[in-house]
Amino acid sequence: MSAASALSKSASKTVPAPSTPAAGASTLTPGQHGIKEHSDGRFGYVPVQTRSDRFKSVNVADFEAVTGREAVWKHSPVAKFTDLTADVLDGSRYLIESTSSADISVEWVPRTDARIGTAGLPEERAAANAWGVFDDALAITVSGEEAKEITVTRSALGNTARGAHTIIEAKPFSQATVILANTGDARISENIEIILGESANLTVVSLQEWDDSAVHLANHFASIGRDARLKHVVVSLGGSIVRVNPSVRLAGPGSDTLLLGLYFADAGQHLEQQVYVFHDAPKSRSRVNYKGALQGQDARTVWIGDVLIGNKAAGTDSYEQNRNLVLSEGTRADSIPNLEIETGDIVGAGHASATGRFDDEQLFYLQSRGITEEEARRLVVRGFLTEVVQQIGSPELEARLQLAIEAELIGTDDK
Amino acid sequence: MSVLEIKDLHVSVETDQGTKQILRGVNLTINEGEIHAIMGPNGSGKSTLAYTIAGHPKYHVESGSIMLDGAEVLKMTVDARARAGLFLAMQYPVEIPGVTVTNFLRTAKTAIEGEAPPIRTWIKDVRQSMNNLRMDKTFAERNVNEGFSGGEKKRNEILQLELLKPKFAVLDETDSGLDVDALKIVSEGVNRAKANTGLGLLLITHYTRILRYIHPDFVHVFVNGRIAEQGGPELADRLEDEGYDRFLVPSNVG
Ligand SMILES: Nc1ncnc2c1ncn2[C@@H]1O[C@H](COP(=O)(O)OP(=O)(O)OP(=O)(O)O)[C@@H](O)[C@H]1O
Ligand SMILES: [Mg+2]
Repeated sequence: MSAASALSKSASKTVPAPSTPAAGASTLTPGQHGIKEHSDGRFGYVPVQTRSDRFKSVNVADFEAVTGREAVWKHSPVAKFTDLTADVLDGSRYLIESTSSADISVEWVPRTDARIGTAGLPEERAAANAWGVFDDALAITVSGEEAKEITVTRSALGNTARGAHTIIEAKPFSQATVILANTGDARISENIEIILGESANLTVVSLQEWDDSAVHLANHFASIGRDARLKHVVVSLGGSIVRVNPSVRLAGPGSDTLLLGLYFADAGQHLEQQVYVFHDAPKSRSRVNYKGALQGQDARTVWIGDVLIGNKAAGTDSYEQNRNLVLSEGTRADSIPNLEIETGDIVGAGHASATGRFDDEQLFYLQSRGITEEEARRLVVRGFLTEVVQQIGSPELEARLQLAIEAELIGTDDK
Repeated sequence: MSVLEIKDLHVSVETDQGTKQILRGVNLTINEGEIHAIMGPNGSGKSTLAYTIAGHPKYHVESGSIMLDGAEVLKMTVDARARAGLFLAMQYPVEIPGVTVTNFLRTAKTAIEGEAPPIRTWIKDVRQSMNNLRMDKTFAERNVNEGFSGGEKKRNEILQLELLKPKFAVLDETDSGLDVDALKIVSEGVNRAKANTGLGLLLITHYTRILRYIHPDFVHVFVNGRIAEQGGPELADRLEDEGYDRFLVPSNVG
């Protein structure tokens, strides 16, 4: 399933006006695919405006009502969450459970907290809607150079339409893994700001194991300082509609990010991730690797990967890939990589996207070697997703995820 | 002493034009240690026979039986057949995304033996077999058959044959698509497997060239869904010279 296109040393100086498609931006979309199926036939070039020029506002009234035709919404079932894009949301505090760790504080802070708005701003209506309403923001602040881990769990959000805001700050030279675990029911639009000071080393895992009915729209905005490293992991297994869109700005020279994603959509689930990496400093490095499996009628996944290498980002190195494994009929996986390059001086930039099928012939082949049907499916899915699981770097979580994936496979995930 | 016994086998497939009869009464007995070559023109039903033995769901058995040491193979699931000692080297091996050759081989071996193979000797065996088949060790970490050339896929089939040690193996056109060097390597692999385990072989082929390296005890001419003639190795030579025309012309002509 190997499909890659590598690109180096090409330049584009096009700076299109906001909201008009860029005629000349060097936007690469899937050109080569080692695939058997590509659900939406999206080959060739798709014009997009320069990603950094998208309209931003914290004011919900600045965004038109969502129609579903907007670039950011066109793959999402917007009619199913008009409450989150159009209604006034509940911005009150909610219950969290948190493990504790020395040098990590978890607290509610007022809207006036100086960190709010420093990592990024809303680019769509649901995000702005949430931004406008939260009473307090949940702030997770990491200091201390020792490695440590904390898990913050939300399990009792209920079905009130909510707006929420979270700040995760890693002070200069600090190090930690922050796991955000989500279970139970929810209807939530939220913004999460992730701020890495100089040389900080932070892993953020957003784990979606919601109930079947949950709707979760999240925008993660990360800003990475000089020589700092962010590992960002999105794991979406449970929920009706889960849309987690991480935007990462490599803001300091030598900053580095690894963005991992793992998703398993079963019947009727919509799992979406719009990943955006903005190389805005020299010698910055990014790797994006999202892998998903789909099984069951109307299992639906969307992955959009935008990488923008800005004109300040000389000597950067980036690679993004998305792979999907289709396990049954009736599913749809969209996979859309975009690469924009505004500087002539890059070390490397590449992307890959592929969607492969696990079909009856494969099943027959494995079974003809003595392997049972159940084991055959497990083998294929585990083999496929393990690559991502193993990169998370938290052994306990990795073991838990392996089990969760197997539960997805045999449909025994507690739903 | 193991025996694979095919009796009066009738097989059809469902097509857009309705049910299509392919096998029309196949009788064939293979004893452990014997090599049977089946030769026949395109479309005569050779692969259908192979797939039916392995249990491919597409092929519908209308009547007949396949017995392995007294047990009815047709009643077994595909995986149970493999565990009972049957192996099919496919004409077109399938690509398996996400599963490395190493992982696949270990899982298959474990399934067939009922327990995981001892890790040390297993790794050694895999290496040795790959080496024998001139498969670069990087293949071990590649996904099964993914991006393999035609010849590499065939080697990978024989690698499995060597490691899984079946009682009976059906090789469906393992020779096609191989250049002469690869043909020798693959044939050596088959001969080695037979020398080591004494398995019985059903060698399906179009051409006689593989029979220079793997010497059959019996040759069967397969035409129109059944065995039209059988003999010893000399029958292969005759086919080489005369082709299948003799079997294809209607009997009322000439
Ligand atoms: N699934 C199917 N649908 C329709 N026809 C089929 C199907 N499978 C096999 N056939 C037909 O059955 C006949 C026998 O096919 P089979 O593949 O067994 O032949 P073969 O002897 O192996 O030929 P070759 O030498 O080309 O490999 C052919 O006419 C083929 O087209
Ligand atoms: Mg054939």
